[in-house]
Amino acid sequence: MIRIFRHLVMRELRLALRQGTDVAMVISFFVITVTLFPLGVGPEPNILARIAAGVVWVTALLAVMLSLERMFQSDYEDGSVDLLLLTPAPLELVVLAKITAHWLLTGFPLIVTAPVLAALMNMPAAGYGILVATMALATPTLSLIGAVGAALTLGARRGGVLISLLVLPLYIPVLIFAVAAVDASITDLTTRPHLLILGAMLAAALPLAPWAAAAALRHSLR
Amino acid sequence: MTNRFTGHALTCFRGERFVFEGLEFGVESGGALVLTGPNGSGKSSLIRIMATLLGAADGHLAWNGEPVAEDPEGHHARLHYIAYQDAIKPVMTVRENLGFWSQLKSPLDRVETALESVGIGRLADTPAQFLSSGQRRRLSLARLVASEAELWLLDEPTVGLDRDAIRLLEGLVAAHRADGGMTVLATHQPVDLGGDETRLDISAYTANRQIFDDAEATR
Repeated sequence: MIRIFRHLVMRELRLALRQGTDVAMVISFFVITVTLFPLGVGPEPNILARIAAGVVWVTALLAVMLSLERMFQSDYEDGSVDLLLLTPAPLELVVLAKITAHWLLTGFPLIVTAPVLAALMNMPAAGYGILVATMALATPTLSLIGAVGAALTLGARRGGVLISLLVLPLYIPVLIFAVAAVDASITDLTTRPHLLILGAMLAAALPLAPWAAAAALRHSLR
Repeated sequence: MTNRFTGHALTCFRGERFVFEGLEFGVESGGALVLTGPNGSGKSSLIRIMATLLGAADGHLAWNGEPVAEDPEGHHARLHYIAYQDAIKPVMTVRENLGFWSQLKSPLDRVETALESVGIGRLADTPAQFLSSGQRRRLSLARLVASEAELWLLDEPTVGLDRDAIRLLEGLVAAHRADGGMTVLATHQPVDLGGDETRLDISAYTANRQIFDDAEATR
């Protein structure tokens, strides 16, 4: 079982690194979009510092959004999904392997890039540690919830737009508590409750999302 | 030991019409079942039902009398399915494409022998994007050989194959049956399986669709 899981994750990583464009696209989108804010809002350090956490987080959500469509699409187009459904392992495990690979290829690079962009947005020093912590805690949730949307819209025309409509509302709680945690740390308030709620969301999504995505995947192939 | 794979009273309902109804089939170890019938008679649907990729509206599949639905993963482990989509990743080499799927089924490395057996051993390190369509089909067949599955489900495996490759396929099926495997094959083209195969004309089970269509027309 673990062998199959590792095998699936390695395949995804290998495919992504060979093609290369998907990861680069997500990160460039993240960097470029955040860079637009100082240009649009104006280089006033206080204003930028005030909106830094929100801008970085909203842009991270959109960057994840951008990568979701590809999660099952190419496997669907070339018939790999049929064979993935026929692996002698539960489909939930196959989906969880896909989600893990997706997180390694989008969530993890976002965590690494976020502090740099926070510096660009003149975020107060107190916020950096907690920004990375919220990213580490919440980006897996984004990949998990996103997988359900990606599986549901498989085979639909203009699936990318549909995924946004399905998934972005579900991302709202993540956004609220992640930004609240960063703001709390900057204003010297306790961040613990916010982080606990983010942790709870991850704990709930971890078993539920692969199960829901697997059901959606089976349904979309009917 | 002789295994038996059967389907009972299978009904397929797609896009608000009956494709076939009350279909019965059976294959035993060493046997081959050839599905025939005109386009749209439900050959591909039946094969997808056999693979549990598609749910039958009614009826059930059984392996040695045990319902397949009770152990879907066990069923997946013993079958390999080939359709017109070949699930080949263009950026991976032939060896990697084959290795991934064969290792999902079993940890043993059968990649080289499987590639040799379908005559594309010399292409092992070529990225799959440079393969011709016939070579891609051969890679699909190599996957079939490497899967070591007992039950082969082949949906139109001869599409895009030249005469030599069809003979190769016939040889693979014969060897598989000699090893005690079973094969289900849907095809339009004549494939020589030795003459002892069972033939199932699916259009014999589509009678009710006509009635359904007439009822629709008179409404």
